[in-house]
Amino acid sequence: MSSDTIDIRHVAALARIALTDEEITRFSQELGDLLEHVRALEKLDTQSVAATAQVVESRNVLRADEVRPSLDREEVLSAAPQRQGAFFRVPRIIAE
Amino acid sequence: MNHELIERSAAETAAAVNGGTISAVEVTRATLEHVHGVDREVGAYLTVLEDLAMERAADVDRRVAAGETLPLAGVPLAVKDNMCLRGTRTTCASRILEHWVAPYTATAVARAIDAGAIPIGKANCDEFAMGSSCENSALGVTRNPYDLTRVPGGSSGGSSAAVAAREAAIGLGSDTGGSIREPAAFCNLVGFKPTYGRVSRYGLIAFASSLDQIGPLTRNAGAVGSTSLDREVEPTAPALREDLRGLKIGLVREFDTAALGTLSSGLYQKAYDDLTKLGAEIVDVSLPTADYGLATYYLIAPAECSSNLARFDGVRYGLRVPGEDVRAMYDNTRAAGFGPEVKRRILIGTYALSSGYYDAYYVRAQKARTLIARDFEKAFADCDLIACPAASCAAFTFNAKSDPYSMYLMDYYTIPMSLAGLPALSVPCGWTDVEGGESPLPIGLQLCGPLFSERLLLGAAHAYESATGHARAHRPAVAART
Repeated sequence: MSSDTIDIRHVAALARIALTDEEITRFSQELGDLLEHVRALEKLDTQSVAATAQVVESRNVLRADEVRPSLDREEVLSAAPQRQGAFFRVPRIIAE
Repeated sequence: MNHELIERSAAETAAAVNGGTISAVEVTRATLEHVHGVDREVGAYLTVLEDLAMERAADVDRRVAAGETLPLAGVPLAVKDNMCLRGTRTTCASRILEHWVAPYTATAVARAIDAGAIPIGKANCDEFAMGSSCENSALGVTRNPYDLTRVPGGSSGGSSAAVAAREAAIGLGSDTGGSIREPAAFCNLVGFKPTYGRVSRYGLIAFASSLDQIGPLTRNAGAVGSTSLDREVEPTAPALREDLRGLKIGLVREFDTAALGTLSSGLYQKAYDDLTKLGAEIVDVSLPTADYGLATYYLIAPAECSSNLARFDGVRYGLRVPGEDVRAMYDNTRAAGFGPEVKRRILIGTYALSSGYYDAYYVRAQKARTLIARDFEKAFADCDLIACPAASCAAFTFNAKSDPYSMYLMDYYTIPMSLAGLPALSVPCGWTDVEGGESPLPIGLQLCGPLFSERLLLGAAHAYESATGHARAHRPAVAART
């Protein structure tokens, strides 16, 4: 594992969270401390071990292909922060 | 106020309602009256479902009158607020969903209601189920009914407080790393996390999908078995037994209870002695990698959380905070909508999954998880069940664990089972006096079995509980305040 310090600004940008300067200082410290704790895993010999994909062995189960009502459109749209008719309204993403 | 009604276990209430000696409407009315009297102090519920509860109660009475027998007829139910219930506010105790009304109902909730349970309210929790004390709720404070200056545990702390304060007979919780078992221990309840995948997660707002599991919290083990959360597989009604004869119960060599302090350590020793007295053979087992559970969990759970919580982007539901462009809208919405612990976990998870670090952190943790699961498999070759503490201490005071890692340590004993997907429960095993505390505080014994061993597990818990009666030794003073 790497002992690099976390570039918290880069991580926050990836996570789409705006952080205040106070949060940047605090989270850098706290996440650095946590990474120290998880470094304990370096002591485990995992060379010939498969990564867990599922804890309970299971196969896909297909349901019957039946027509069933979906969520009520009006009910779903009424929870939208902004809507326009039958659409979710979002900020412009393409310049004029 | 008819206290007798709110003291009844789920099984007693269901029997009385099915037998026609009392109506679901009467039980519901008594429960709501009690909630109005005590919840200002306890703070178990974020939303009380007065109208829906009375409507469901009337429906249950009609069905019983028409000849139906319902396993949970008239049983008051607290639903953790990370489970959807159509037409009701479902918040995850987060600002980002503070005003969101669910357009559908979680399968587990729907089945409990169909079985006759009455949804009394949506219970507080740590935000997005991330925490061990309920203190991470952005929407309210929940207090431990046994000592109002202390936390109820978490993350299912509203559910545990509601059941302990007699504001419900069954609480639905979710457990990702201990979030049913630890609050059950703190509130003198039986809290049961079934085998991973046993209960549908549909409608449970996701935190860490490979670990999340819904389960009940109740005042006794028999009731846990009667919750009929999932009828597709073998029913979990416990094979009720009087004793533990013929069972081998493993004590984990690496779990040093001396670390708990002398008093609790003595209480656990007494609990293990009681298991022997009930006929169990105590054997020594080893889980050499269990000590790596916390490190493994705090990579896997945040990684999955960072991915699951990406859906909260201010577009389709929940909070939206505008910005100069769409990118700023995302950044501002998530900055304002998530609390510190949720941000912390999203950040650590994003880091662990980011380019260049994925193999070093996430993949290594998933390999450690394989080793932990293998340790349990080996241990269960030598025993039927494993017994250990359910939490590292009894309920603590507010703000006592301000350092994140000290809070994470609360789940030291519960996380390994979660990583291995095993069924496990907490059952009351004694009372500890704490310095300056108003009254003794409950502690919990954790029992864990192999995958899908629910019947054995619940049966053993029932035998232990019936023989020792620890849960009945004290009642919270607040429960009598109406």
